[in-house]
Amino acid sequence: MKVLDVKDLSIRLPSGSDRAEAASGVSFDVRRGEILCLVGESGSGKSVIAQAVMGLLPDTLPVAAGEILLEGENVAHAGRDRLRELRATRMSMIFQEPMTALNPVMSCGDQIDEVLREHTQLTPEQRREKILAIVREVALPEPERIVASYPHQLSGGQRQRIMIAMALVLEPVLLIADEPTTALDVTTQAQILLLIQDLQKRHGMGVLFITHDFGVVAEIAHRVAVLRLGRLVELGEKDEVLKRPRHSYTKMLIAAVPTMQPQERAAEGASEPALRTVGLCKTYYDRGWFGRRREVRAAQDVSIEIRRGQTLGIVGESGSGKSTVARCIIRLIDPTTGEIRLHGVDIATMSAAELRPLRRKVQIVFQDPYRSLNPRRMVLEAIIEGPVNYGVPRDKAIERARQLMELVRMDPGSLNRYPHQFSGGQRQRICIARALAQEPELLIADEAVSALDVSVQAQVLDLLEDIRNRLNLAMLFITHDLRVASQVCDQVAVMSQGRIVEYGPAQEVFLRPRHEYTRALFDAAPGREFAFGVT
Amino acid sequence: MPAPQLNANEMETLSVESADVRITESAWQRVKKSWSVRMGGAALLLLLLIAVSAPWLGTVDPTLFDAASRDLVPGGRGEITTLDGEIIKHKFWFGSDSFGRDIYSRVMYGTRVSLAVAVLAALLSLAFGIVCGLSAGYLRWLDGILMRFMDGLMAIPAILIAIALVAMWRGSLTTVVIAIAIPEIPRVTRLVRSLVLSIREEPYVEAAVALGTPTWKIMFWHILPNTIAPLVVQGTYICAAAILVEAILSFLGVGLPPSIPTWGNIMAEGRSQFNEYPHNIFIPGVFLAITVLAVNILGDGLRDTLDPKMAKRV
Repeated sequence: MKVLDVKDLSIRLPSGSDRAEAASGVSFDVRRGEILCLVGESGSGKSVIAQAVMGLLPDTLPVAAGEILLEGENVAHAGRDRLRELRATRMSMIFQEPMTALNPVMSCGDQIDEVLREHTQLTPEQRREKILAIVREVALPEPERIVASYPHQLSGGQRQRIMIAMALVLEPVLLIADEPTTALDVTTQAQILLLIQDLQKRHGMGVLFITHDFGVVAEIAHRVAVLRLGRLVELGEKDEVLKRPRHSYTKMLIAAVPTMQPQERAAEGASEPALRTVGLCKTYYDRGWFGRRREVRAAQDVSIEIRRGQTLGIVGESGSGKSTVARCIIRLIDPTTGEIRLHGVDIATMSAAELRPLRRKVQIVFQDPYRSLNPRRMVLEAIIEGPVNYGVPRDKAIERARQLMELVRMDPGSLNRYPHQFSGGQRQRICIARALAQEPELLIADEAVSALDVSVQAQVLDLLEDIRNRLNLAMLFITHDLRVASQVCDQVAVMSQGRIVEYGPAQEVFLRPRHEYTRALFDAAPGREFAFGVT
Repeated sequence: MPAPQLNANEMETLSVESADVRITESAWQRVKKSWSVRMGGAALLLLLLIAVSAPWLGTVDPTLFDAASRDLVPGGRGEITTLDGEIIKHKFWFGSDSFGRDIYSRVMYGTRVSLAVAVLAALLSLAFGIVCGLSAGYLRWLDGILMRFMDGLMAIPAILIAIALVAMWRGSLTTVVIAIAIPEIPRVTRLVRSLVLSIREEPYVEAAVALGTPTWKIMFWHILPNTIAPLVVQGTYICAAAILVEAILSFLGVGLPPSIPTWGNIMAEGRSQFNEYPHNIFIPGVFLAITVLAVNILGDGLRDTLDPKMAKRV
């Protein structure tokens, strides 16, 4: 039985956008008791379709054609009041960012209670009972305490559970989950995915699950719909789509998903390490008014080394201290204690003036391609900035910038454009060119591919590897994504709570993890038994 | 990377990235489309035109007077004595004051003062505010001292500082502009500082640090250009405030000397005869109100189109 039936749905974009329609002639259905994954890269229109079903589209994005049948009732043009009745009772939605989706000044219990007060005639006692029951059902510990607490007092995973409790308290027939685990750590993600599967089975509802992550698809989907630029390119059973994709776009997407199998790597040379840290620590002090001091140990006793031509990956969840280490090494923040040796020279305690000549040897590429380039300066200016700072004549620097653009596989003719004229992947290439203009020995990639779509991610990873080999760079690759780490790293350091818990050759760590945290991390990786990219 | 069945070329053509809804219009195109910018801008252009072409708008020298033409109602006919002693016939469109001066001419010429004071005071306070705000926001050791000083300055009512300063120096265009600009500096400083504090955390600023870019270059090349949009908006509000404060100072008799026609001066002189000849206050008051309104509408329009945080409302 069909819970949701979307027929020929088209949603118009405002004029001045990069295409005419956010969704064009999209048809799919969600049956009772199944999870349909709507997969697509950014800009594919997947979230817009979810909003259309919920009736949450802004007036600037009108439904131009088609029907959205929720249990046979067309909600595409339903009035506000009817939609309000349907939401939470027949269909519910959970969002990517549970912190912003919850009201920060209302306790979690009150927020669930609000749904019940709006849609039922239950007495306060009955409502309270129902709230505690649903909080227990989403497996939150100490329901009494959770109900009384405010969103900021809970962890990300707990907040998402509250969102799920709120969505399911009235037993809707359709749950829409819009990238519900994207903002969560991999171990939390695994738990939430399990919870959604479990609840879906128990309540027999239909789930429309929106994601960009094929690992998650492999983990949770019954059927898969693939969207590209607002058009549905493929729809079918999970095994059918993932193992025998028919459309070339789906094939490309699946081929681009990195495998969890670490690559064979040449044995390391005996060369002197380009970078070595010894007992690196970073402690933040929070000074209270009356001498009370709170310490946060962001990184403790981190000792790593990287040789030229090698990639060391630091893997860990958010808050593990992996970025702190990177920022210490490039001296954006000052380490509390420990040594950072660049070719034997300790830069950990150098003053800004002493550090200046050495700065260019370490360069960094950041996560967010949209914020890594100054929006008001031309790409050319960004790339030549470093060399000019170190006294390279402008015309020489420009000549070099042209070569670098070719190295990162971009058109040198686009040097005099502004960052907003490029896509995310292109901007990340520009950032790489900017870093390389300094002729560094060590390149730090701080989650450099995490914000990119999977197909673009594959290209940028490929580029990074190529550049590392060609220029014989040492590379420090920081990521939360185990698949990516297994693809590019020779050595891997796993960090948890500021400490390195496991450190060794990638093959060793991935195939024979010793530390229990590493094992838990690997077990949580979605779709790990699914052999992506190796077909 | 494992070799997929597709070649690299195919990958490139298949992978199309784009933001969810990418608005391809530039900021300037959006500004031009905004109705408030168009209306406010048009009104100000008209006022600017009046200021520039005041001598050719059927006016006489605004300082000329004639005892025979005192206290005329708007539209009244009379005569006026030029500096050469020549007596000419003149129609007093807006009437005349108790010295027999032509209010129409005085109001037209007064536009010059109002606009000049507005623009100069805004530029002056923005210039100082930008330097102070950038320093406080980026050089953390300066922050405490500088901001406490600014807090102190803000604690004194703006009009009081202005009166005190003009009283110290004697009224002239320069002193009035400075007196109006100084109380505005802390507000600009605060705005710039808060912008700098968020921009300095942007990865592109950190990238510049890693590239070895000197601090002053980071401040003026990377941070300053990204504060322009909110500053333009703030600038218009300072203009509006400056016009009002100048009028208030003149009205209180501590602004420009009475010999220079300003809207405030005209109103101050008309004050004693307000019951009999309300037009002496009413007409410059209307001009004042329209000018301030135009500037504020322009500012609102610029804010909606330039300031990304406000633009999200759409």
